[in-house]
Amino acid sequence: MSSRELLSFRLNGHPVEVPCPSPRVLLDLLREDLRLTGTKRGCDLGTCGCCAVLVDGRPTLSCLTLARLVDGRSVETIEGVSPPRGLNPVQAAFVAHGATQCGFCTPGFVVTATALLRSNPRPSRAEIERAISGNLCRCTGYIKIIEAIEDAARTEE
Amino acid sequence: MPSSEPGPYRLLGGRIPYVEGPLKVTGRAEYTDDIQRPGMIVGRLLRSPWPHARLLSVDVREARALPGVLAVLTGDRYPTPFGVLPITHDETAIAVGKARYIGDIVAAVAATDELTAEKALSLVRFEVEPLPEYSDPRSGLSKVAEPIHARGLLGSNIQKEVVQHFGDVDAAFARAAVTVRFRGRFAGVTHAFTEPMATVAEATPDGRLTVWSATQVPHYLHRALSEVLEIPMHRIRVIKPEVGGGFGGKSDPLPHEIVCAALALETGRPVKILFDREDVFYTNHGRHPTQNDVRIAADADGNLLGYDIEALIEGGAWSSFGTVTTYYNGVLAMGPYRVPNFRYKGQRVYTTKPPSGAMRAHGGTNLRYSIELALDALAEKLGTDPFDLRLRNALPPNSTTINQFRITSTSFVKCLTAVRERSGWDAKFRRLPYGRGVGLGCGFYISGSNSPIHFTPKMPQSTVHLKVDMDGGIAVHSMQADIGQGSNTLLAAIVAEVLGVDLERVHVQRVDSDVSPVDLGSYSSRVTFMMGNAAREAAESLRDRLVAAAARTLGEPAETLEVGHERIGVRGRPDRFVTFLDALHAAMETSGALTASGSYRSPTMGGTFKGARAGTAPAYSFAAYVAEVDVDVETGAYRVPRLWAAFDCGRALNRLAVEGQIEGSIHMGLGQVMGESMNYRSSRLLNPSLLEYKIPMPQQMPKVEILLVGDDDPEGPFGAKEAGEGPLIATLPAVGNALYDAVGVRFSELPITPDRVLRGLDLRAAEHRPWKGA
Repeated sequence: MSSRELLSFRLNGHPVEVPCPSPRVLLDLLREDLRLTGTKRGCDLGTCGCCAVLVDGRPTLSCLTLARLVDGRSVETIEGVSPPRGLNPVQAAFVAHGATQCGFCTPGFVVTATALLRSNPRPSRAEIERAISGNLCRCTGYIKIIEAIEDAARTEE
Repeated sequence: MPSSEPGPYRLLGGRIPYVEGPLKVTGRAEYTDDIQRPGMIVGRLLRSPWPHARLLSVDVREARALPGVLAVLTGDRYPTPFGVLPITHDETAIAVGKARYIGDIVAAVAATDELTAEKALSLVRFEVEPLPEYSDPRSGLSKVAEPIHARGLLGSNIQKEVVQHFGDVDAAFARAAVTVRFRGRFAGVTHAFTEPMATVAEATPDGRLTVWSATQVPHYLHRALSEVLEIPMHRIRVIKPEVGGGFGGKSDPLPHEIVCAALALETGRPVKILFDREDVFYTNHGRHPTQNDVRIAADADGNLLGYDIEALIEGGAWSSFGTVTTYYNGVLAMGPYRVPNFRYKGQRVYTTKPPSGAMRAHGGTNLRYSIELALDALAEKLGTDPFDLRLRNALPPNSTTINQFRITSTSFVKCLTAVRERSGWDAKFRRLPYGRGVGLGCGFYISGSNSPIHFTPKMPQSTVHLKVDMDGGIAVHSMQADIGQGSNTLLAAIVAEVLGVDLERVHVQRVDSDVSPVDLGSYSSRVTFMMGNAAREAAESLRDRLVAAAARTLGEPAETLEVGHERIGVRGRPDRFVTFLDALHAAMETSGALTASGSYRSPTMGGTFKGARAGTAPAYSFAAYVAEVDVDVETGAYRVPRLWAAFDCGRALNRLAVEGQIEGSIHMGLGQVMGESMNYRSSRLLNPSLLEYKIPMPQQMPKVEILLVGDDDPEGPFGAKEAGEGPLIATLPAVGNALYDAVGVRFSELPITPDRVLRGLDLRAAEHRPWKGA
């Protein structure tokens, strides 16, 4: 086990300091050490997008990100994009459209879609498809996910 | 979007968002890997690097001595065989005596952390004798040097052979005006759900064992744990957290679930086993690699005279559901058309590869591809339209097939009519330019297997319990397993519908064998039909007591009352009512909290010959899809820009969920027809990751139009039938037949990858057979 470093970064808007052995990936730090289990582990290889979080606002695969690389930066997880009560507009649209089925990929999609709408409030369908092309879903055929994101974009206007 | 004519129900028939949606979109839904127990340790599995080997000896001393290791298990500790079907128990928790495929579990460790566990696995030493590898099912059809299992038929690797003959097929072919033959070859495909398998187990000092697992069939897991660990079922508690997709891949009791429990028993500590993606691929249980041969005879008018079908299906290392698969690859040909004469020979052969098992539309998918492509060839020979051929031969409602399947409701003709019109078929078929085409594919599937796998005589296949106390919240218990398809939502909606209450009053409880009455789980497309009927019966029993209490309060005869929204009142007298809560409290005066139970058992059906139960179901779903394809004839790449899906699931009780099932099925079906494939070099799986095993991306999905045309089924709950698996089947032949319309080639080998398209075009060109002028 390598020596422990102290990481400091903003997590869901609040400053945190956590000990972290240097080979640890961000996904393990979030799920195992910080017990933020909303971020899902689907493949550990960067292929499925279930572990997506926002690092400085950009969708990032936490299973491929060394935790120490977020030192001094801002990390937002599904817990962070969720309001303390109720749902954000992307989440509300996912529920209304039935864009969840098994729900295991859902946090990754919600985080990715939230980032998309922050940077591009009125995305075209092609832009939505491109934005979520790193996220796999086996249940929905993506159809209701895309409808939900389109609907959330309309609602937010 | 399907049409939405208003139905007779307040909630059912509408678009009901999933009840656990808010938990899932916020990351608050709890999956097995999210469970933390005090003092929990890690279980890891050592997998065989040998395709087939006798395990001569094993030395675990070094592994056991490693600091941080709490237990090392090998196969001899819990050698009792198990398997999902009681007649084919050929698996063990850990390999005993032999390893049968690369990936077979040969040892397990429990350790304080993952790195220590991995290190310990590397210290387990085996002495093995390599045995012959059988990577081609054809090599196992006769006596072999070393059968993979002792139970193989006559010293071969044949796990199951089915031979059936109804009517007189030879005579039918002899008098036929036209015959066609189609030989299909199908690569294995896998479920590719996003949540890897995970299990947590904890043995407690009160002599009980609790197992949390990502499973579709908590009840069968419960049985398997009891059998292998030799602990009575009542001392085992099985809990199903949220499950991140299954599609059949989590429907066998799996060895790692038993190993996890065993490690918990050995160490006295809670243990978690979490799969990585390679583990998932090696566990597989996906659709069987298949070769089939379909011959169809018809008279000059296009009336089908007979089917003659053979199938060779590759089982991999274990039986799993294989006996059922072997039957299904023949008998699911019995719809959606009348087949007056039928012969089938099916063989399922063990190979030294990851086990095949049940995958969405189990047993009906590859067979259907070949039949539907053969029917299009038949239509072409007869000079008739593919729709007209199918309309002429559609199974009528309330009929019996030649193998004695009972057909009650079918809206197949409505499916054909609707999809023909909406797709603009008559203006497109054979009229689109070269490279573009439309194709029709149809489907037929069981709505719940009539035969429970573990059938205890006279016990229901589904039971639902309700409990309502003075707070007015209704707790619903059942072992039905929501794996994302929306069965919790349907359960809540049925209860709310019958009782007239708001959906938010109904709380579907997590599956927990201590409190959930048995429902057999999510397989064979049985949940809506069986659980739905059980839920309706339970809710009606509760409703009757509330109505009786309301009658006392109002001083009116119960027969004059009706259930309204959150109230019970006198029919036709809007001012004379009691609220739901007042009726409830009145009913509770004598009994306290109310409880109610409902159950479902399918009716007796099927013939008396061997295998007669296979494929019998209380109802069947029907489908007719049209796909449009656009082929780049220079590269062989193609797209499916549009797909029209007419489906008969009886009455769609939750349109949101039914659409979701159809859209997801289309995704999975397109994956299999266009590109998914488990690739092997002899017995070694070459692509055990989602990078190399590619499922379709958003950009590859067609624009889908769903047509829900089903009439009420007489026995389904509120008229409903299945919509979970059947919608996959028609996808594949619709694409296959559309490719023929586009380029004049009937592709017989799946997946139909661009290189295969090019090869098909080259062959056609070499034969100087122009198509649509090109």
